Amino acid sequence: MLLRFLVKGVESLSYLIAFVVGGLICVIGQLWMDLTRASITPAHILVGFVTVGAVLSAFGLYQPLVDFAGAGATIPLSGFGHSLAQGAIKAVQQKGLLGAFAGGIEATAVGIAVAVVFGYVIAVLFNPRS
Amino acid sequence: MNGNVEQQQEQEERQEEYRLLVDEIEPKHNIVKNCFFAFLVGGSICLIGQLFLTFFLTQGFGFNEAAAVTAGTMVVIGAFLTGIGVYDEIGRIGGAGSIVPITGFANSIVAPAMEYKREGFVFGVGARLFTVAGPVLVYGTLISCIIGLIYFLLY
Amino acid sequence: MGDKCGQQSLIFSQPPVIISGANIVGPEEGEGPLGSYFDWILDDPLFGEKSWEMAECKMLEESAKLALQKIELQTQDVDFFLAGDLLNQIISSNYAARGLEIPFFGLFGACSTFAEALLLGSMLMDGGFAHRVLLGSCSHHLSAERQFRYPVEQGVQRSATAQWTTTASGVLVLEAQGEGPRVNMGTVGKVVDMGISDVNNMGAAMAPAAADTILTHFQDTETNPDSYDVIVTGDLGSVGQAALVELLKQRGFDLGEKLQDCGILIYDTCEQDMHAGGSGCGCAAAVFTGLFLRKLREKQHQNLLLVATGALMSPISSQQGESIPAIAHAVAVSS
Repeated sequence: MLLRFLVKGVESLSYLIAFVVGGLICVIGQLWMDLTRASITPAHILVGFVTVGAVLSAFGLYQPLVDFAGAGATIPLSGFGHSLAQGAIKAVQQKGLLGAFAGGIEATAVGIAVAVVFGYVIAVLFNPRS
Repeated sequence: MNGNVEQQQEQEERQEEYRLLVDEIEPKHNIVKNCFFAFLVGGSICLIGQLFLTFFLTQGFGFNEAAAVTAGTMVVIGAFLTGIGVYDEIGRIGGAGSIVPITGFANSIVAPAMEYKREGFVFGVGARLFTVAGPVLVYGTLISCIIGLIYFLLY
Repeated sequence: MGDKCGQQSLIFSQPPVIISGANIVGPEEGEGPLGSYFDWILDDPLFGEKSWEMAECKMLEESAKLALQKIELQTQDVDFFLAGDLLNQIISSNYAARGLEIPFFGLFGACSTFAEALLLGSMLMDGGFAHRVLLGSCSHHLSAERQFRYPVEQGVQRSATAQWTTTASGVLVLEAQGEGPRVNMGTVGKVVDMGISDVNNMGAAMAPAAADTILTHFQDTETNPDSYDVIVTGDLGSVGQAALVELLKQRGFDLGEKLQDCGILIYDTCEQDMHAGGSGCGCAAAVFTGLFLRKLREKQHQNLLLVATGALMSPISSQQGESIPAIAHAVAVSS
């Protein structure tokens, strides 16, 4: 019963597509790090992907990728940028100017709160190993 | 005065010469190998995400909710793997493949917070939680507000 | 009284004697090829302390006590303690000195600190200001990582040119008379900056400083490569050593097999995945007090030149994009 979703996904090739697209997005990050030498840190990569994802999304270029690749497009941090941009755009449609400021954070509030809460709990419970 | 300029030029030339020498000596990144592992690790993380996404979709969530719950689940997994000391090993192999997915975001939240616990709960855990997450949220918020404002003006 | 010689060198008229040495290293260093040369290998990088900083401090303090124990001396028998480390405001050395209660000079020369301490200690002795001097330096991989790079659990790929800060401490005791290797000469390094700004390639930043000091030493003291059995650089690593060989070749010196590097010796760089090799204040300290002190005592080496190198940047200067200034101090020790 529970495993029916597995079969469904395999039939539609969605796992393979998510793997390939997600992998390729990460390769872009790797090339960026390797070709620009040492001044690029993980923080730069993450900020860059969120920003680029949001801009692509605003031009309507990221949604087709999400439709095609599912988690392959939403799990890379560019997907976080996509949620921010789409949240802002939808909120403007509903609330006008206020929405421009509220929309992005509203749409990603769950993710941010989960990250902070679980990040905190794990940081308190565990100690760094060598 | 003139002597100084000449000296500086000479110094710059020597520096340039040395930089060329170092470029020749230093071992090169194996870009093909790095990219292959980034693809493998990043792809696998997204594949696991897709498993959760498909699962949540069959549980009656709409696509956006299912995607949000999936992201939350992956954050929890990434945070947990960081806590038990596995994620840095994945990162050593996967490079960007472990940084770019949202699990890498979770890793960058937990790792400094955990590390600086000894400096207390306010300046240690509290402040360091946002060492990397802070810039991401700052630029994320900025860009979403800019996009919202532009959209508002055009709409 | 000693003499200054040439531009930067010193010759001691009554060369101080190294009467004792001790070291403590972490688990990775213990597993390395020099494991059997070290006095004390820790299983636990925390050394029973609350933090890595305090563990590093305890390593220095315990190796100091160990070095004195070996020759049955107490801390009050020592006139001065000279030490340094990598942490902000050299806290490891400060806290170790608090425990030892010996008049203290805190030094910072990054990874060159050990040679700096040995040089200054010898000058104190030869100047007649001290009868016995204790000197050392230490570093800890995990405390240095968090200060200079990333939290340990963060998933970051290390660059192929990156060096691994060693968890190690090393201490020597100098005395005016006695049996043992003697510190004959030294050359004080100048700060050299060849414009390298990649913090993952400190070896390349330090190699020009090492070349400068070695060449000046030969010139000032009228020595040449044949005067030494072995010339030991501190922690250039494989990239820095290759650069040094090239730089010396350009000036007509080929040291060949004589040139050794503590950072390369301390790890099995392939097996242990240490990339370019070890670094840190403790690296030269532990390798000198472990491997080379024994070889000098056993007369396997007659004349040794220790050239410890240090990269003098801080996380702030590198974030601001400044290049890395470097220094190297040379100390000539004979058996």
